[in-house]
Amino acid sequence: MSTAGASASETSYQPVFTGETMAALETLFERYPTKQACMLPALWMVQEARGWISERAMAEVAEVIGVTPAYVKGVVTFYTMYHTHPVGRNVIQVCTTTPCSLCGAEAVLRTILQETGCEELGRTSTDGRFTVQEVECLGACGFATPILVNDDFIESVTPERVAGLLEGYK
Amino acid sequence: MGYPYPPDEKETVVLSQYFGDEGARSYQGWVKRGGYQALEAALAMEPGAVTDVVKASGLRGRGGAGFPTGLKWSFMPKDSGKDHYLVCNADESEPGTFKDREIMRWTPHGLIEGCAIAAYAIGAECCYVYIRGEFTEPLAIMAKAVAEAYANGVLGEKLLGTGPRLEMIIHRGAGAYICGEETGLMNSLEGRRGNPRIKPPFPAQAGVFGLPTTVNNVETLAAVPHIINRGADWYQGICLGNEKSTGTKLYSVCGHVQKPGNYELAMGTPLEELIFDMAGGMPPGRTLKAVIPGGSSVPIMDAEDVKGCLLDYEGVVERGSMLGSGGVIVMDDSTDMVYQIYRLTRFYAHESCAQCTQCREGTAWTVKILERILGGHGKESDLDLLLDLADNMTGTTICVLSDSCAAPVVSGIAKFRSEFDAYLSGARPPALAAH
Ligand SMILES: Cc1cc2nc3c(=O)[nH]c(=O)nc-3n(C[C@H](O)[C@H](O)[C@H](O)COP(=O)(O)O)c2cc1C
Ligand code: FES
Repeated sequence: MSTAGASASETSYQPVFTGETMAALETLFERYPTKQACMLPALWMVQEARGWISERAMAEVAEVIGVTPAYVKGVVTFYTMYHTHPVGRNVIQVCTTTPCSLCGAEAVLRTILQETGCEELGRTSTDGRFTVQEVECLGACGFATPILVNDDFIESVTPERVAGLLEGYK
Repeated sequence: MGYPYPPDEKETVVLSQYFGDEGARSYQGWVKRGGYQALEAALAMEPGAVTDVVKASGLRGRGGAGFPTGLKWSFMPKDSGKDHYLVCNADESEPGTFKDREIMRWTPHGLIEGCAIAAYAIGAECCYVYIRGEFTEPLAIMAKAVAEAYANGVLGEKLLGTGPRLEMIIHRGAGAYICGEETGLMNSLEGRRGNPRIKPPFPAQAGVFGLPTTVNNVETLAAVPHIINRGADWYQGICLGNEKSTGTKLYSVCGHVQKPGNYELAMGTPLEELIFDMAGGMPPGRTLKAVIPGGSSVPIMDAEDVKGCLLDYEGVVERGSMLGSGGVIVMDDSTDMVYQIYRLTRFYAHESCAQCTQCREGTAWTVKILERILGGHGKESDLDLLLDLADNMTGTTICVLSDSCAAPVVSGIAKFRSEFDAYLSGARPPALAAH
């Protein structure tokens, strides 16, 4: 997933919901009894297009859904997968919950932080290539340690595999 | 068969028969394997009769609570004149559990068929399948299968061309464990924060969009076509232990075992057979220390509790824990129990929706106290403080996330107190940097 436009300034905001994207949302509206039920799908559309969800984008979602911007912000901040700040071109989520921790997930996370140059959780590497997040159970505990790089779900990651895996993400 | 290993002779393979078989994924492949015959058979019955078959089979909810499925369906109002909804709970986020993911990856049409039969039984013309946002592959596979089911006339205006209307919509979550709790899920589906709701009203009266709703787990729904095809008696007959627990159950085994993965067992199979025979036991030279048998939310068992424990709803309760979602987390003698209990409480603190004080404050303070103990600054009184907190966190909140955080703390202190004491006395060096 690209994060094009992540640096677009708030003043020159280009709406997401125009043309095809708006048409896609209109189609979705027909599949739910309320417009508000399309909140999560609409937020996904924004993140797909922009890489993250800015305050301005939340206001746009509020307008198309028919709720207040504050309400949208309340929803966005409830869910860990929505980014409220610009992120690197590649976002890596690493599970370290108990089952994965038992199998050495912390070492995988440390290696990923080093190899990406992010050093710290949530920080984007200076080359803008990676952001690393520690997340809770990814639902693949038997294949420790799973990581999610953008939309790629990768199982059985070990510290040794990290460098090779990251090469594919520019 | 289980996944990713070939079936063990001790498994009873029903739902997992086509795990690992790519050919079963497509509509054509599913039909070739006998798919959608159960739906056809169900549509030839009265909806109430379908519910009766499921009732008679003894099927109980596989999402964690074990509530009888047919009974749940029978709570849906008759002739209410309102729209009814079926929600398939595919949020699978309980640490240790990864079975619904395999069902969706390998047999998406099996799940669609189960949903269609359930929707018919409860009079729903719309089914939402709520899949956790991180499950990118199952999301794609399910979306494709639903599109195929529409294209082949299974779903849409008339189920299989003859039945009532059924729309099926895949809804993507966005990262929140609590959205697996059925009322949190309904709020999330409505475009809100995923805060659980106070019950009553129960979903069958006022569920999603305020309308009668049934929420079922993926594994529960995937079992339904098999029950329709082979009959309630057959399903009820799959029972090695207590007759209140019937059929097969998928167990996800993880942690310190040599062959982690999914295994499908008849109710009543000994837990030791699952851990030591099927999942290959501990790594060489290691011995069993603890097991959390039902996903992270149930009490911890020690090696003694595991001996002779039968895997069914009653058998695990007899040993002081619960069957839950069937996520079996195995820990060998190398495990630092205090650290792992701390890591679990961090999960709950992170995932608390924060609307109930006991949960928001309780989970956060539990983490802080455990951090202090692991950092070498624990006080004598900390264990009592943890137990007191746990007491306040149990049975006092809208949902049971708070109770789930307390469970490993209480059982952990009861069974592994000496490990806590070792940190408190300084006999064991700190595992965490001081805060
Ligand atoms: C905190 C919490 C998280 C839950 N997570 C899930 C889940 O991820 N998947 C699931 O099917 N049920 C989950 N449940 C159970 C659901 O609330 C509900 O009981 C279940 O989906 C009903 O389906 P069943 O009767 O088929 O089991 C959770 C419950 C709680 C309290
Ligand atoms: S604990 Fe890591 S995937 Fe479940």
